[in-house]
Amino acid sequence: MALDDKQQYQTREFKVVGTRVKRPDGVDKVTGKARFGADMSAPGMLIARVLRSPHAHARINSIDTSAAEALPGVHAVVTRADFNEITDDDFTADILDNCMAGDKALYDGHAVAAVAANSPAVAKAALKLIKVDYDLLPHVTDVDAAMAKDAPVLHEGRTNESVPDGMSPNVLARYEFGHGDIEAGLAKADRVIERTYKTEATHQGYIEPHACLASMGPDGQADLWCCTQGHYMVRNTCATIMGLEQGQLRVTASEIGGGFGGKTTVFLEPVALALSKKTGRPVKMVMSRSEVLRATGPTASSSIDVRIGMTKDGRITAAFAELRYQGGAYPGSPVEFGSMSAFAPYDLENVKTVGWDVVTNRPKQAAYRAPGAPMAAYAVESAIDELAKGFDLDPLAVRLKNAAREGTKASYGPTFPAIGLEATLRAAKDHPHWTAPLGENQGRGVACGFWFNFGGDTCVTLNITPDGTVTVSEGNPDIGGSRASMSMMAAEELGIPYEQVRTIVADTGSLGQNEVTDGSRVTFAVGLATIEAARAAKREMCKRAAMVWGIEEDAVKWEDGAAHPAGENAGKHPPMTLKDIAAVASNTGGPIAGHHEANPEGAGVSFATHMVDTEVDPDTGAVKILRYTVFQDAGKAVHPDYVEGQFQGGAVQGIGWALNEEYIYGDDGVLQNAGFLDYRIPVASDLPMIDTVILEIPNPGHPYGVRGVGETSIVPPLAAVSNSVSEAAGVRLTQLPMSPPKVLSALHSK
Amino acid sequence: MVQVKIWGSLAAMTDDQTEIEIEASTLRELLDGLAGKYPGLKPQLDRGVSVAIDGRVYNDGWFTPIKPDSEVVLLARLKGG
Amino acid sequence: MSKIHVTTSVNGDPTEFLCEADETLLDALRDRLGMTGSKEGCGTGDCGACSVTVDGRLVCSCLMLGAEAEGREIGTIEGMAEGDTLHPLQRKFIEHAALQCGICTPGLLVAAKSLLEKHPDPTEEEARYWLAGNLCRCTGYDKIIRAVMDAAQEMREAS
Repeated sequence: MALDDKQQYQTREFKVVGTRVKRPDGVDKVTGKARFGADMSAPGMLIARVLRSPHAHARINSIDTSAAEALPGVHAVVTRADFNEITDDDFTADILDNCMAGDKALYDGHAVAAVAANSPAVAKAALKLIKVDYDLLPHVTDVDAAMAKDAPVLHEGRTNESVPDGMSPNVLARYEFGHGDIEAGLAKADRVIERTYKTEATHQGYIEPHACLASMGPDGQADLWCCTQGHYMVRNTCATIMGLEQGQLRVTASEIGGGFGGKTTVFLEPVALALSKKTGRPVKMVMSRSEVLRATGPTASSSIDVRIGMTKDGRITAAFAELRYQGGAYPGSPVEFGSMSAFAPYDLENVKTVGWDVVTNRPKQAAYRAPGAPMAAYAVESAIDELAKGFDLDPLAVRLKNAAREGTKASYGPTFPAIGLEATLRAAKDHPHWTAPLGENQGRGVACGFWFNFGGDTCVTLNITPDGTVTVSEGNPDIGGSRASMSMMAAEELGIPYEQVRTIVADTGSLGQNEVTDGSRVTFAVGLATIEAARAAKREMCKRAAMVWGIEEDAVKWEDGAAHPAGENAGKHPPMTLKDIAAVASNTGGPIAGHHEANPEGAGVSFATHMVDTEVDPDTGAVKILRYTVFQDAGKAVHPDYVEGQFQGGAVQGIGWALNEEYIYGDDGVLQNAGFLDYRIPVASDLPMIDTVILEIPNPGHPYGVRGVGETSIVPPLAAVSNSVSEAAGVRLTQLPMSPPKVLSALHSK
Repeated sequence: MVQVKIWGSLAAMTDDQTEIEIEASTLRELLDGLAGKYPGLKPQLDRGVSVAIDGRVYNDGWFTPIKPDSEVVLLARLKGG
Repeated sequence: MSKIHVTTSVNGDPTEFLCEADETLLDALRDRLGMTGSKEGCGTGDCGACSVTVDGRLVCSCLMLGAEAEGREIGTIEGMAEGDTLHPLQRKFIEHAALQCGICTPGLLVAAKSLLEKHPDPTEEEARYWLAGNLCRCTGYDKIIRAVMDAAQEMREAS
């Protein structure tokens, strides 16, 4: 749908938007009252646990559940045999296979059976009584090894038409983007560098493990409570897997304890429904942390070759990258987004990326904040930095010289409209951080990042209560303060105080389809729908005022929370406030509401520049983050605190990816660090304050100019930290994470 | 006719052209036209694409108008975290 | 399986529960007493989401057995506010937007309260090290530390 003009950005004075109001879920969350996925119980509830494969790759010959089923307290055991096969939908068939293995276990941690029992202790004991007869198969967990012709094969026949003949069946797809002539461009360069970079798989690391509570009856109706980024997605996916009608499955999203993309699919929910169906009882499932790490998320690991040519005055003449991402045991690594975003910040005459989607014996990757982009930016921004420093050029100046701007033909095809990259680079150059002195063993790094953002199906209903307060129902789990942002936009549009509006996240029975909370879409798309719903309510309220005044509808205008006669000819009537109109709603036609359903497009791309100082300990190789500043375009920051929070959170996740976090597999293909002690995410003492500079270049596709901000902030930090550490160490690092042993070994290689 | 830019790895399905011409005035006509003229593109179209029209990305809207001089670029279907 | 009868005090309330011998205090609080404010993020003492106090000492309730609560005084997030008056830390967490998803918030608040009881005037570094056992994945800790430092100042001025 094309946006009508009123949905386009129009400059305006904001009264509520841009202020730092208190969040509506604040008190519940600081008092322990907020109910997350694992906090719900139901009468007669059973507890379920999952048996997982201890092998990286194995044929499942048989599963004997009889002893488990005979254990007192056990009510049901399910295996894949309890699910109907999905033959016409590969995407959902893969999700089912990931939730419950079919004829093969494809990774360490792959679910093979689940038990529902009357207590956790019985469920746990029952798992030990399930006998699985496995034939071990050779496995592969490294992306480059998986592409070798003689590599162990996970699936036959999944390769798509884009892959040339003769490659390993583990290579599923090939992507190529770009324009111009790479070789001709490189010939004009004063220097060409060629490097290979590697990044490890990292987990989204949300602190709340997956959890759900399912209840399904023999009448084909079911209810599900779960922590998810998209309960409508959960409904649709589970309905397909369980053979339910979507309208008969009601899903309610709990408060969500972090997601970052990792809760955009299902893991437990179909299993809980199957157990509930079999037992006739509500079934609760909660993952342990080790299950979260072994069997959900993570993002892809990558191996990337980059070739870039630059003139000695800093102009990039050609840029090429070949990206190999392993996305675990199923198709769908985010390599196409890595390939599309790798060079997006630059205005390049000759640019090309080639991406390969590869499967390995690892858990199925899930989206992680700007999926696929951080590793691509890491490789590209590292190479550009090395070239700039090799010519003794200012790395910010080099980026400014090559920066994409309005009218640039992006490396992935389209021509950019107004974008904010240059603004972030100039803000970085002007910031005192850029010129602050550095000490011994210290370095400063910068890097840029890009993300697409998108819209998607969205519904909002805005109700006027009899006392003239406002409730907003939206269908997207609130992961970073979006209920506050929706209330703010509704209040802004209606001209009433923020406190007069309360926003809730409605269940799947209450609204139409809503796309998942992902793609940095919520403040943009749900915000747009909220504004439109408020405008619809205003039109209705103007109509009611017109009835009361006995004048034409179009002779009424809405201003500052009240209906006013539009001009002299409309007669002299004192304004009717929202409260006044609500009070006579029953007398003027009944309850008043506004709603808006749409699939808004035009989300507007987003850019950031990050700057970081680090210090390297020459004796241990440990890296300390000394100072960090984020510069990002937010379009319009609806609630600046939450925008800053997104910038800071993304930056710190990127710091973890750069310095500590990695999936470590042994030769046996078993994950060796499935816990928060060994999979180390950043802690408070690792970090300084994360400074932020919010730039506001309005998005033309949103009435208030809003752009998504959630994802871009994780794109630059991998490279920014690596550029900083490389300067501090005096040697270029090309692999993540830059853990102390790797840094020490680099120092020794100098 | 609109000029459509497709990504490089799809060119194997379009006689090695990355710019192709399709008679279309809406997104739906564009997608149907692509599949009709180049059946080799159908598997990718079925897996999903996004389309940038004059710099703005569309995922679904069949009746999004396309002007003859619009810049139209086929993209891998966008997803997010 | 015979359960253990435990007599304890939770947030000042005399409390009894039955639990398995190998059941954690966290599970007893959540599943036996319905006090779900304490969260399980890891079950191995690495994330701090289950932080409670036992006789005034900060512990991970996932690392302690329910049976060990016998005769102790347990403090949880549910006991932090007094009636409808939030603790200054709770108020400052809201004011500073020191939470996004909120799953780590109960543990961080319990840990921060314990910090300020022992060290009413911590440096930023002391606060960061004291809270290093409480993982937060959303915020990057910036606003959490600001909220704790601001609450500390307010509490000092009030005392």
